[in-house]
Amino acid sequence: MSLTTAHSVVAPSAGSKRIAGAIIIAYALISIVPLLWIFATSFKTPPDSIAYPPKIVFQPSIEGYCNLFTTRTRQTPEYINSLGPATGFCDETVRKRNMVIAGPSNFLPRFINSLVIAFGSTFCAVFLGTLSAYGFSRFKVPLADDLLFFILSTRFMPPIAVAIPIYLMYRELGLSDTALGMILLYTAVNVSLAVWLLKGFIDEIPREYEEAAMIDGYTRLQAFWRTVLPQATTGIAATAIFCLIFAWNEYAFAALLTSGTAQTAPPFIPTIIGEGGQDWPAVAAGTTIFLVPILVFTILLRKQLLRGITFGAVRK
Amino acid sequence: MAEIRVQHLRKAFGDFVAVQDSNFVVEDGEFFVMLGPSGCGKTTTLRMIAGLELPTGGQILLGGDDVTMLRARERDIAFVFQLFALYPHMNVRKNIGFPLLAQGMPSAEIRNRVEETAKLLRIDHLLNKSVSGLAGGDRQRVALGRAIVRRPKCFLMDEPLGTLDTEFRDLMVHELRELHNRIHATTVYVTHDQMEAMSMADKIAVMNHGVIEQFGTPREIYDRPATMFVADFIGSPPMNFLGFGGGLSKGAMEIVVQGAKVAVPEVREDLAPADMALGIRPEHIRFDDASKLRGAIYGTEYLGTTQIVAVETADGIIKARVPAEIRLNTGDHVGLTLNSARLSLFDKGSGRAVRTAIHDTASERRVQHG
Repeated sequence: MSLTTAHSVVAPSAGSKRIAGAIIIAYALISIVPLLWIFATSFKTPPDSIAYPPKIVFQPSIEGYCNLFTTRTRQTPEYINSLGPATGFCDETVRKRNMVIAGPSNFLPRFINSLVIAFGSTFCAVFLGTLSAYGFSRFKVPLADDLLFFILSTRFMPPIAVAIPIYLMYRELGLSDTALGMILLYTAVNVSLAVWLLKGFIDEIPREYEEAAMIDGYTRLQAFWRTVLPQATTGIAATAIFCLIFAWNEYAFAALLTSGTAQTAPPFIPTIIGEGGQDWPAVAAGTTIFLVPILVFTILLRKQLLRGITFGAVRK
Repeated sequence: MAEIRVQHLRKAFGDFVAVQDSNFVVEDGEFFVMLGPSGCGKTTTLRMIAGLELPTGGQILLGGDDVTMLRARERDIAFVFQLFALYPHMNVRKNIGFPLLAQGMPSAEIRNRVEETAKLLRIDHLLNKSVSGLAGGDRQRVALGRAIVRRPKCFLMDEPLGTLDTEFRDLMVHELRELHNRIHATTVYVTHDQMEAMSMADKIAVMNHGVIEQFGTPREIYDRPATMFVADFIGSPPMNFLGFGGGLSKGAMEIVVQGAKVAVPEVREDLAPADMALGIRPEHIRFDDASKLRGAIYGTEYLGTTQIVAVETADGIIKARVPAEIRLNTGDHVGLTLNSARLSLFDKGSGRAVRTAIHDTASERRVQHG
């Protein structure tokens, strides 16, 4: 090593950087390959999707997406020939399999349910979480430590452990299979996480900001709104992502408590298999579309998410 | 602008008494500094004046109105925080204009007032910058701007120079005092730095353990410390103490310290025999071989214009500030003469200063303790 090169004690050496890079690339590949496989499957035809050996190179088709959004009935070729010309690309694809489109499938309403319930519960959890975190952070709350522990203790067991009591409660209250019921449930599960995460963020915002605003003529609520909230956006964004991911992916409660009008996408997607045989491209198409909102949301807020995860690791 | 009158102010946090029965008056337009070590209650007092803490007892009058229990926003005061509390999501202009926005002032007027204030503080070229990119001194000016833009009844400042570099700090001390001379705003300034206090204040209150030990002008506090704590806290190096015993009677002009007779300012009160201390500032000690008060040189700190010499006497180390030209070697025996006119006497038990001739000219400015 030449004399001009200062050797840092803390900076990793070139060799260890290379090893770390290799591990990260390997991990990324392991994580991404299944996703790519699902994405590829969604563009295969049903025979291609179950071909053995598996096809890596194939003729792309949107049959999976057609099947996902429609319900179809099998007809005789004579009947199909008696119909007029195909009205669209999906119509044409379906007719090749001796079927006609009978109507839209339930996927779109289920997907909308997922959006409403996940974003609705995330909003509620973050809203309530921010206010209570602010309260715990700034006011002398009697038994604050015990209350915070109680809030945390709701996460000590998997939520599904209380599935049966909740199922019975919801039946009594008429909340079964309603979007409101699911929003309440996911909010209740997420609010503990939100309070704890946000309390950490708000604790880090010096009180002087609000005190300055209150001396300058603002009420506490105005001070909170104008000085604390703008500085807590990172924490709020990070918390919102965590809440949204939970609510979006949740399967067990959704399968148990929803069956019709309020059913979300996760319990719906597997039912595709039962309906029209083993229609893997349609399942893959549903999964691919299901991935999109959370992907977009995470990419939009990725900076905040990263700061949120590493938050508090180093004191400024 | 208004005068601030604090009467029997008290604050307790559970069992801990942060401020005990404080009484003082800050006159209209005065620059008042509360000085003391950390945890002495100075910041708590300031926060009570601001309305950020409510007192356990006592009264705060602002321009004659009782504001003791009013909310901060109802008091019409401005506060400069140690960390400035500039809102990072707003630029300089919005930060300064923020208090005016609360009053619902029309935006054209806010604009004018903000620009006028920025000009006064010479930060008008920074108005559209983000506060996060500013240097320490400029942040300080923005924080001051936010305080003066509203023309409040008084300014409260909590160690506003505490986080600045030494270099900047001297500059800002100068600027703050100059600003005060221009706008004559009643100011309460909290610091633990005696240099800041001495160079800016019209009046100083020295606090310790929640009690105001002395209230007076910088000169009074330096020349006639009311307690041993004040004598020790103010001055660098602090006042030297030489112990002596025996009582004092009215009219006494001489005491005996370490076998040497020392002339003192005429004593104005009678005291029963007790442990006493003679207080002498380092700059009031001269070397004199004829003196009976003797010691050996322990070490020196050369400061350029003067030097601080530590002399080991029978009663511990005494520091003297002498001209830099004097050549001294460690271990040399020297005699010390004390400037009798500038001596203070203390009762060691209570720490209180004994009344002597040095207090004759002083106007009575004692603070009563409860």
